[in-house]
Amino acid sequence: MNNKSKLASFNSPTFLAYVLIAPAVIYLLCIVGWPLFETFRLSFTNASIAGEEYVGFQNYEKLLSSSKFSKIAVRTFVWTFFSVLLKLILGMIGAVLLNASLRGRTFFRILVLPPWVVPIAIGALGWMWVYNGHFGILSGIGIRLGILDGPFSFLAYKKSAFIATMVTDVWVGTPFVTLFFLAGMQAVSKDLYEAAYCDGAGRFRRFYHITLPQITPVIISMSLISAVSTFVSFDIIFIMTEGGPRGATTTLIIDTYKMALGNYKFGRGSARAVMIVLMITTFAILYFYLLSRINKKVSHG
Amino acid sequence: MDKYSLPLKIFMYISIFVFFIFILLPFIEMFYASLRPLKHLFRSPYQFYSDDLSFWAYREMWNTVPLLGRYIFNSFFMAVTVTFFTLLFVVPAAYSYARFNFPFKQGSLWVLLAVNMFSGAVLLIPLFKLLRTFDLLNTYFAMIVPGIAFCIPTSIWLLKAYFEKIPVELEEAAYVDGASRIDILTKIIAPLSTPGIVVTAIYAFIQAYAQQFLFAITFNSIREYMPIVSGLTEFIGYQSVKWNEMMAASIVGVFPVLIVFVFLQKYIVEGLTAGAVKN
Repeated sequence: MNNKSKLASFNSPTFLAYVLIAPAVIYLLCIVGWPLFETFRLSFTNASIAGEEYVGFQNYEKLLSSSKFSKIAVRTFVWTFFSVLLKLILGMIGAVLLNASLRGRTFFRILVLPPWVVPIAIGALGWMWVYNGHFGILSGIGIRLGILDGPFSFLAYKKSAFIATMVTDVWVGTPFVTLFFLAGMQAVSKDLYEAAYCDGAGRFRRFYHITLPQITPVIISMSLISAVSTFVSFDIIFIMTEGGPRGATTTLIIDTYKMALGNYKFGRGSARAVMIVLMITTFAILYFYLLSRINKKVSHG
Repeated sequence: MDKYSLPLKIFMYISIFVFFIFILLPFIEMFYASLRPLKHLFRSPYQFYSDDLSFWAYREMWNTVPLLGRYIFNSFFMAVTVTFFTLLFVVPAAYSYARFNFPFKQGSLWVLLAVNMFSGAVLLIPLFKLLRTFDLLNTYFAMIVPGIAFCIPTSIWLLKAYFEKIPVELEEAAYVDGASRIDILTKIIAPLSTPGIVVTAIYAFIQAYAQQFLFAITFNSIREYMPIVSGLTEFIGYQSVKWNEMMAASIVGVFPVLIVFVFLQKYIVEGLTAGAVKN
């Protein structure tokens, strides 16, 4: 009995537990928590290098009444939506292929990782070369096949630059999604498949009726994580197009960066940053709502 | 279970091939460009075949950008420093999360995940002011201080999963036998968790290495402190871009990280996905 109560206090020493997490928590409060709070505060001022003054909701009024901002917001949503959709589709295809018992799959599983490990800035440089009009391979193949009648610089035109930066973003995110889908598939019990096989279910039906429902929580997590990281994706666009040509790839984060650190308009930049935070938070709430509904469904059978 | 039929097998291998063309295309093109002389590279339309490949660019790049070695060193130095401090914060925190129950435990773990979402770019303005107040702009610390913060959350989740694998009974038995908490930590936990800590360190290193770009272009304007990702822009000259040397330098700058990762990928991937799949 004595041992038991001793163990209880040994196993849950609240004070010690807090002391151990305190350094990390305090550091994050200083470097992430306070800046987040400060962003909110600054968004109600006209802060710049010169100084700051409280201006109420003026920054937000300007922002919400500007047609340029709503255009950028819509563009960001479109860019994010298609990028995430492609990541999920490619990630699913990749995971199915890497999950199949084919020779060489251990090797393939390693080979899929580089885009995720290499700094995005360097991957973006590689893609810039691929997209190069005169010397890039895509333009070269296009000319060979007769699709293009001359050199085509993918990053120089509005539509193609929009798609090209999106494809690069898909490339960066696909390995991560593939890995998690793969891990999800491997966690599905083999018995389910064997039972379905004995009942005569084909490959496609097994995928549709077992794999997909079983990994739905992973699919939802990946949708959220990808959506958030795509929404604030910075390096790719900044390096490849700097938001151009003529604003065609300017997303909210690029716009915020240029406003705040290009023009040193901290107040107006902060208002934009707050909008981004609010939108991300909306994503997250939506995600938890979906996840809890699906968990309920799963637990009720 | 049913075996793959031959046509299906062929179809799958072709799909894998196409999938990997997409994944590896930029790397193949980077490597190919790095082997070709600039005047061959600048032939339009694109040349699929080149007959005088050489590693010349790998020698010449050090002359074109004299500080290249310094940039690579900076990248490593900053990533190592970030990793060191990240571990200092993360090891006790992850142990506490794995081992103990306390109020707000689950809640604070979710908040940690949220930190990941806010990414540096949203917080740049106050961070800029903060670093300016402490006179840290244009120093190594301008890139290290925010770097640590964004490495902490994932590292805690990763290491927590490792600590959870150590059976509580081991600690309890030692405790009942009269071992002190310090003894338990140094003689039982430390040796058992070393592999987990090493993997977390490598994950933190790779993340620190990869995220330098944004902090470097925003908080530092001194050439001597630049990491490789922003130093590469120096290959972009007045007249033309020395693509072959820029690609060679990218490959040299990234290769060590890639090698380390390939050897340890199994553990990192397992650790990262373990938590997500369970929930």
